[in-house]
Amino acid sequence: MSTAAAGHHDHDDHGPAKGWTRWLWTTNHKDIGTLYLLFSLVMFFIGGGMALIIRAELFQPGLQLVDPLFFNSMTTMHALVMIFGVVMPAFVGLANWMIPMMIGGPDMALPRLNNWSFWIMPFAFLLLLSTLFMEGGGPAGGWTLYAPLSLQGGDSFAFVIFSIHFMGISSVMGSINIVATIFNMRAPGMTLMQMPLFVWTWLITAYLLIAVIPVLAGAVTMLLTDRFFGTSFFNAAGGGDPVMYQHIFWFFGHPEVYILILPAFGIISSIIPTFARKPLFGYASMVYATASIAFLSFIVWAHHMFTVGMPLAGEMFFMFATMMISVPTGVKVFNWIATMWRGSMTFETPMLFAIGFLVMFTIGGLSGLMLAITPADIQYHDTYFVVAHFHYVLVPGAIYSIMAATYYWMPKWTGNMYDEKWGKIHFWVSTVFLNVLFFPMHFVGLAGMPRRIPDYNLQFADWNAVATIGAFGFGFSQLIFVYVIYKCIKGGEKATDEVWEGADGLEWTVPSPAPYHTFEKPPAQYS
Amino acid sequence: MKSSPHMFLVGKLATLSIAMFAFGYVVMPPLYNVICDITGLNGRTNSAAVAAPDGSVISDRTITVEFVSVINSSAAWSFKPVVQTMEVVPGKTYTTNYIAKNLSSGPAVGQAVPSVAPSSAAKYFNKIECFCFTKQEFAGRAEKEMPLIFFVEPDLPRSIDTITLSYTYFNTGEDPENLSDS
Ligand code: HEM
Ligand SMILES: [Cu+2]
Repeated sequence: MSTAAAGHHDHDDHGPAKGWTRWLWTTNHKDIGTLYLLFSLVMFFIGGGMALIIRAELFQPGLQLVDPLFFNSMTTMHALVMIFGVVMPAFVGLANWMIPMMIGGPDMALPRLNNWSFWIMPFAFLLLLSTLFMEGGGPAGGWTLYAPLSLQGGDSFAFVIFSIHFMGISSVMGSINIVATIFNMRAPGMTLMQMPLFVWTWLITAYLLIAVIPVLAGAVTMLLTDRFFGTSFFNAAGGGDPVMYQHIFWFFGHPEVYILILPAFGIISSIIPTFARKPLFGYASMVYATASIAFLSFIVWAHHMFTVGMPLAGEMFFMFATMMISVPTGVKVFNWIATMWRGSMTFETPMLFAIGFLVMFTIGGLSGLMLAITPADIQYHDTYFVVAHFHYVLVPGAIYSIMAATYYWMPKWTGNMYDEKWGKIHFWVSTVFLNVLFFPMHFVGLAGMPRRIPDYNLQFADWNAVATIGAFGFGFSQLIFVYVIYKCIKGGEKATDEVWEGADGLEWTVPSPAPYHTFEKPPAQYS
Repeated sequence: MKSSPHMFLVGKLATLSIAMFAFGYVVMPPLYNVICDITGLNGRTNSAAVAAPDGSVISDRTITVEFVSVINSSAAWSFKPVVQTMEVVPGKTYTTNYIAKNLSSGPAVGQAVPSVAPSSAAKYFNKIECFCFTKQEFAGRAEKEMPLIFFVEPDLPRSIDTITLSYTYFNTGEDPENLSDS
């Protein structure tokens, strides 16, 4: 990394390099942030296209459009793309753009590593998506890659494993960079407890990533050797145990779902105070709540496996531990509400998305609480009720927070205000269709419709048709998002430096658009 | 040099990630097996012979032991217990048989994997001799009767009156020629 340091230091205040190779070699945190965000946007439409294939097939009972194996590879790929290709890169992109500016540092701590972390991603996803065109098709055993099912597909499985390894390496390098940035690059005098919550939540997320992504890497490596090199980690005939795969996977998997939501908590904690024109209620309790959620996320993994036949004591432990997570989560929700209480609120697009997050994420948390009740989960497990649960926490949760962040900080990135009218239309159209799409899944799930099935019993037909209409509506309304972003990059009303009247934080003290290099001289207000 | 102040921290974080990989890949599988063996979680029963009881403690009650057979879908076997259930007095030793037949015309190697339900009974169910301790070689269409000798410990909790022993029979996919070590 010494070359990285040498390469980094030869700029003064010149702007970006000329030509498209700027993007290839860039070590600038803003450029890399932009790359991550654009990558995520592209993947959002690829993963969304897969979702529409799924919903089109499910529009009516019976097999109409695609064959079942392809259907199953669509559910598998949709999840992998959305989790690893959309939500995680978008959060990393936001971290790149905002963390250095929020803590008054000139750049990320390890700029050259940063370039690597990004450019591994398109490569990894090319590898993953290419398996769809290989003999035997892409992975079709679900994103959880449960053994032994996942080991029964084609040889393209090796590419799936490698792409997961690459994504993992990218995430771990990105996380190490973020931790180093937060610890070492803060403006002189800024204490940890003065950091904005987005920085805090990312610090904790980065630790989660460093701790659990390697566990996933271990699990998929075992799958690889079981499939190709004759080991039997998960093969009962050779003395292994498929249930062990589930334990290892979910030891990664549950912290992973918090990786997908903690940065969102940070974003919402930035936006709500701005538009309520009040400081965040209970800053310190927010920090502690985030830390306790992260800790608890390591001891609840088996709530995904209530039906594998655990002993009663185990089921009870995981049930109560899971329910305990709702306590710090509830603290956060109440703090956000208290922040809005008697504030002078206005409802610009970022605030609409933040409030949408608050309401609908809570619905997802509530269905999570229902799933945590072991005896009930034995009925709900692997039904559409679970699908409804995690889509409520991930779409109006994680995805809405990313959209809120985009509207909130885009004027700082581009120097132009986005089109408020179209932003609001985007919010309302998305929100209506989203509920048309996901709410009926609660009903069919409670009635027993299994997930990951291309065909279903006639009794589920009506609500599935409704959900499919919602899906197409939601999918196409995302074109409005692209239009607003495009328009904002092209021009529009000039943004002020502060952008939002009630905004607080170092990022609003630099000009709009943010110059290529910011805080080369650290801000003085903390020392 | 900008990154040198970061190297210590980066080194610690990288070590943490490598340690977590080792935890997932090297530590968890054996740890899992040890925990399952000790506690009998997951219905895990002994995979090597235990000594026969000395017959000094015999329970005053009778329980039911059920025998179940499962064939892994990819295997061309027939595999069945000779008796479906036995009335068993804890503390006494019993013998029964399973019959396996290779339905294919080529040679094959089979391996049975046992599981006990309820899992809380697993550690009281002891196999003195079992075909599941080794692999079996079959010529094409060959049939074998395979013995199981077991006893149930007398201090089996009173709440349990039925134990189900299930074997899944796998085709290991090995060639009998190469099977010198078992
Ligand atoms: C109050 C908090 C939450 C509770 C109590 C909770 C509980 C649960 C339970 C018990 C399941 C397993 C259901 C089953 O498979 O039978 C589950 C599944 C899931 N949850 Fe949550 N959850 C919570 C929050 C979240 C959050 C914040 C996220 C992500 C942002 C999330 C994402 C998921 C996902 C992706 C699955 C399904 C995984 C799969 O099987 O593919 N959950 N949740
Ligand atoms: Cu979970």
